[in-house]
Amino acid sequence: MSAARPTSPGGPLPAPPGSSSRTVTRDGLGEEVGGLLGDGNRLALVGGHDDGPTGFRVVYAFAHPGTDRRTELTVAVPRDEAWVPSLSTVSFPAGRFERAIRDGFGIEPRDHVRPRRLMRHAHWPTGWYPMRRDAAADPAFGPDESGFAFVPVEGQGVYEIPVGPVHAGMIEPGHFRFSVVGETIVRMKARLWFVHRGLERHLQGRTPAQALPLTERISGDTPVGHALTFAMAVEDALGLPVGEEDRLVRALLLELERLHCHVADLGAMANDVGLGILQTHALRLRERLLRSNADVTGHRLLRGGIVVGGARLRALPDLDLIRGVAAEVADLVRIALGTSVLVDRFTGTAVLRREAAAEMGALGYVARASGLDVDARRDHPFVDLGATFHVCTADDGDVMARFRVRAEEVQVAAALVADLVARLGGHLGTGRAASGPAPAAGGPPEPTGAPVAAGLALVEAWRGTACHRVELDDAGRLTRAAIVDPSFFTWPALPVALADTIVPDFPLANKSFNQSYAGNDL
Amino acid sequence: MSAAPLLVALVQVTVAVVLAPLVIGVTRQTRARLEGRVGPGVLQPARDLRKLIGKTPLRAAGTSPMTVVAPVVLLTSSLLLAALVPLVAALPLALVPGDLFVVVSVLLVGTVAIALLGLDGGSAFGGMGSSRHMTIAALVEPTVLVAVYALSIPVGSSALPLIVAARRDHPASIASPAGVLAVVALAIVVLAETGRLPIDNPSTHLELTMIHEAMVLETSGRDLAWVDLASWLRLSVLLGLVGNLLLPWGVAGSAAPGPVLLGALALAGKLALLAVLLATVEVAMAKLRLFRVPELLAGSFVLAFLAVTASYLVA
Repeated sequence: MSAARPTSPGGPLPAPPGSSSRTVTRDGLGEEVGGLLGDGNRLALVGGHDDGPTGFRVVYAFAHPGTDRRTELTVAVPRDEAWVPSLSTVSFPAGRFERAIRDGFGIEPRDHVRPRRLMRHAHWPTGWYPMRRDAAADPAFGPDESGFAFVPVEGQGVYEIPVGPVHAGMIEPGHFRFSVVGETIVRMKARLWFVHRGLERHLQGRTPAQALPLTERISGDTPVGHALTFAMAVEDALGLPVGEEDRLVRALLLELERLHCHVADLGAMANDVGLGILQTHALRLRERLLRSNADVTGHRLLRGGIVVGGARLRALPDLDLIRGVAAEVADLVRIALGTSVLVDRFTGTAVLRREAAAEMGALGYVARASGLDVDARRDHPFVDLGATFHVCTADDGDVMARFRVRAEEVQVAAALVADLVARLGGHLGTGRAASGPAPAAGGPPEPTGAPVAAGLALVEAWRGTACHRVELDDAGRLTRAAIVDPSFFTWPALPVALADTIVPDFPLANKSFNQSYAGNDL
Repeated sequence: MSAAPLLVALVQVTVAVVLAPLVIGVTRQTRARLEGRVGPGVLQPARDLRKLIGKTPLRAAGTSPMTVVAPVVLLTSSLLLAALVPLVAALPLALVPGDLFVVVSVLLVGTVAIALLGLDGGSAFGGMGSSRHMTIAALVEPTVLVAVYALSIPVGSSALPLIVAARRDHPASIASPAGVLAVVALAIVVLAETGRLPIDNPSTHLELTMIHEAMVLETSGRDLAWVDLASWLRLSVLLGLVGNLLLPWGVAGSAAPGPVLLGALALAGKLALLAVLLATVEVAMAKLRLFRVPELLAGSFVLAFLAVTASYLVA
């Protein structure tokens, strides 16, 4: 992707044909982006970069679903004149990326239609931009001066229900402000961004091998998805080839992760309409999968299986167990869909229309349940999954559609696991780690030189397409890692889907989306 | 003679207070077992109650005396209910008639008290729960009235003790169309009134879906103990009433120690049976969408109304 990229020595991962990277001026950006989006490209990532004295750099990465072609536009932004032209009128996700870059780097998106803060925590001191190289690591936090901007809804009988950020259950922190007439939601504003950990900064200065365990913790339930995306981005930057066997192992891990996450959520959705017995059984099945996972990689959530340049298992999963679980899940789904009250609660609830999902750039099962045929496993493949794989979609966009899509994906994932295990033929992966120093336990990251290589990867994690873009210096250390969890794209679709939904159905709607709070707020 | 029914009422209240936590314990334990969990045992609600009684309540700033009074009013209404409804013995109190209108009014006093408690905390959840609770109460109370009225027609009296005694003495009336319709209608509204599935989910942690739990979110310590005990009493008393209407055998006809003891044992048996049944049905049941609840309650009202019509046709 970058000019400094060495050619892959017979690597099985050639850059997709037609991939390009070019520099554009701030004035020419709007036109270029309009053309790329018009050609069917999807905005995958916008990342800010602080190159020190030479100024800032904003990289816009696009991916074309039909051809797997990637395009990167780089815009140079001088330090003393830190602004970019806003693309918020052209692309909704671009507008959100711009707000995140403004909060992180202080690069102002000019003429933004909704220039409110995004990830900026209310207690951060004014003028402190954590992603800048000279930003103090530990500034004195001030009082909350920003307040919470939301549109007050007025009228007869309208009232507000604030919920969270601390909830009654074991859930991540998020504040939801409902404007309600009677029980019907007029408007819902979600305030997330309570879990900023400075992850992208933590990654800087580490070698990829040191950084990989951190990427497994970006979102606790997506260790394989993020570690794999990160590893593939590094391999793309360094031109590291990955053998067929290791790529099969990676696909296997990805499906195992999808399996246990979907099983747990199917049960949780049934529990939200009071059918606790289905959740109990779903949790029992998930526990069987987690114990099997512990045998497979040594970790119940499948950490440790992915390494930069390869993958390695301790054992292959027991196919009888996987098939048994898939059959039992099919049973549970049949029971759920045979319960008329559950069907009534799911059908027509929290409808996300196809056009809205497309405009928002929603990803994963949420998009697929709204009729958008997006899946990086097909659009940006790293291994040929064969005839066993197909993309599961539905048209209705309601809770029922999301439930059905995920139920079907469980079956596809189980079939893929069986297929991949058979193709592996007893091999466990080579586990060849990239060269470089072994992961150090803690310690401050070292300062880095100028970036000489850059790489980007797209992987269909269980929630949707994750995207990482890394830059490395000549010592092989990360100068920058830009990370996008699919939740970043899909979260804004939730309030849209809630129009005309009633308040007591919100937890169900939220569970059917089940976006990550931590993956969203790095 | 006048002291005996009073004494029996006192026995009824005591028995109900002892049995109420156990009824909840049995439903939770049954549910746990059916879901494949070990469960905390049937005594856990009683232990929780003891723990809460020993704790000083924490009340939100700016609350009115209502927060202090409401739990006590609620508990009093439930205790009164336990005294009025024929549980152990079917002896009419001369002082206060165990009349169905009185019983419904006492229920309503408790309903209003807990709704005010929910509003008084000033949180959005309390108000939300109270609004939902009053909506459901408005639909439930008429059905209770009409259902018991249908049962009262064959007896010629609206006093619950007399109705139960008449059914005990003439078991044929239990299986009459009017009797069955009325009891089914009553059973549905009992589920609504006491916040059980499919109307409310007593075990949810999702604030936005709650009805009963939303109103008591701000309540703690001793206040919560009274509210919990009162709600459990309500469930037990109403279940006991349904039990005694369905299976009136064992209900004492006099204040002698022997029949009263037998009555208490029979009540415990019926409650245990109904609690297990309730939990079993709940396991297989999902919660209705809030806007569907009126449809269910309207259905139960129709049943009660049919029961009244049938009573007149038969009588």
